[in-house]
Amino acid sequence: MITMKMNGMEVKAEEGWTVLETAKFYGLEIPTLCHHEGLTPYGACRLCLVEIGEGPKARLVSSCTYPAEEGLVVHTDTRRVVQARRMMIELMLSVAPNSRVIQDLASKFGVTRMRFKIRNEECILCGLCVRMCAEQMDGKAIGFQNRGYQRKISTPFDIRSEECRLCGGCMYICPACQLRCQGPQAETAICNACLTMDPTCLDFYDELQCWMYDAGRCGTCVREKKS
Amino acid sequence: MSVHQTINLDTLQEIVERHGYNKNKLIAILQDIQAVYHYLPAEALKTLSKLLKIPLIDIISVATFYRAFSLTPKGRHVATVCMGTACHVRGAPKILEEFERQLNLRRGETTEDGEWSLETVACLGCCAIGPVVVVDGDYHAHTSIRKVPTILGKYRK
Repeated sequence: MITMKMNGMEVKAEEGWTVLETAKFYGLEIPTLCHHEGLTPYGACRLCLVEIGEGPKARLVSSCTYPAEEGLVVHTDTRRVVQARRMMIELMLSVAPNSRVIQDLASKFGVTRMRFKIRNEECILCGLCVRMCAEQMDGKAIGFQNRGYQRKISTPFDIRSEECRLCGGCMYICPACQLRCQGPQAETAICNACLTMDPTCLDFYDELQCWMYDAGRCGTCVREKKS
Repeated sequence: MSVHQTINLDTLQEIVERHGYNKNKLIAILQDIQAVYHYLPAEALKTLSKLLKIPLIDIISVATFYRAFSLTPKGRHVATVCMGTACHVRGAPKILEEFERQLNLRRGETTEDGEWSLETVACLGCCAIGPVVVVDGDYHAHTSIRKVPTILGKYRK
């Protein structure tokens, strides 16, 4: 058993656990995107960042790849962690703004602006499909190619691979292939509609008591509750 | 030196044998294949994947990662213009343009007769003799636009 500190709480991890697994075991929520239980950790999306250590020596690591160590001090929700996560979401949003998973993450973490040029590449290079193909489907039909800004996931020579059995595992696991809700402002980069939809006004006032006579549409009550 | 058009299985087998069918020596093997064909033919890579028992996609990943490897045929002569910072400030872009004009092709392309390929490189590490142009492994130091025809003439018959 490994004893370590997580958000000030003493936790025990089993040999071979990662920081993420320990946090999950104790019910501490750490957002993930490129992590999947059936696949090897990859550490690509950097959403599961946590702060380890204390004081000026504290640093950010990806919890899905960091092994639990004796005496480790972990913070999962510091300002630095949250800011880093929001930046990652913002960056991923600029690459694949039509992804439902990423739009939902943006809504959940309150990412309301996007300061980067929209690239519409529809792939965030999380490597889930590559690992799915190689580890679960034993296909090894797709993989990373090229380098730097030209990096992409494809089959050899961009033609149908002989190894591919069309199982569809890559599409099943892809977070960017699911299209976002095509709401009223689908052309803008961030929908955030879910932010104003979630607790409706009617939870607090019924239709007659709403002083705007416009049940929930003004959003005042929602904003009051949020802050 | 001629550009092979067909893939000789024996040559490939011999290269792989020389490296002892070692998966870890993939890059060295790819270099040897490129030395024979001047590029990495698709057929050769497919055979290599079977010989070494590694997935084809892994070979492709390595081959596309490094600029030293090319999946498209290269010319008989390869001119590489250094575009590193030191060479850049000493006029490498002008030299590159001159090469493009003289050879009538753009960077990264190969002439239709398969004679010349023009490449750029980020830095060759010999900034003191910049601007540097490498043709078929020969380094040409302190190049200028005026020297371009002389350099090309050396390799033209």
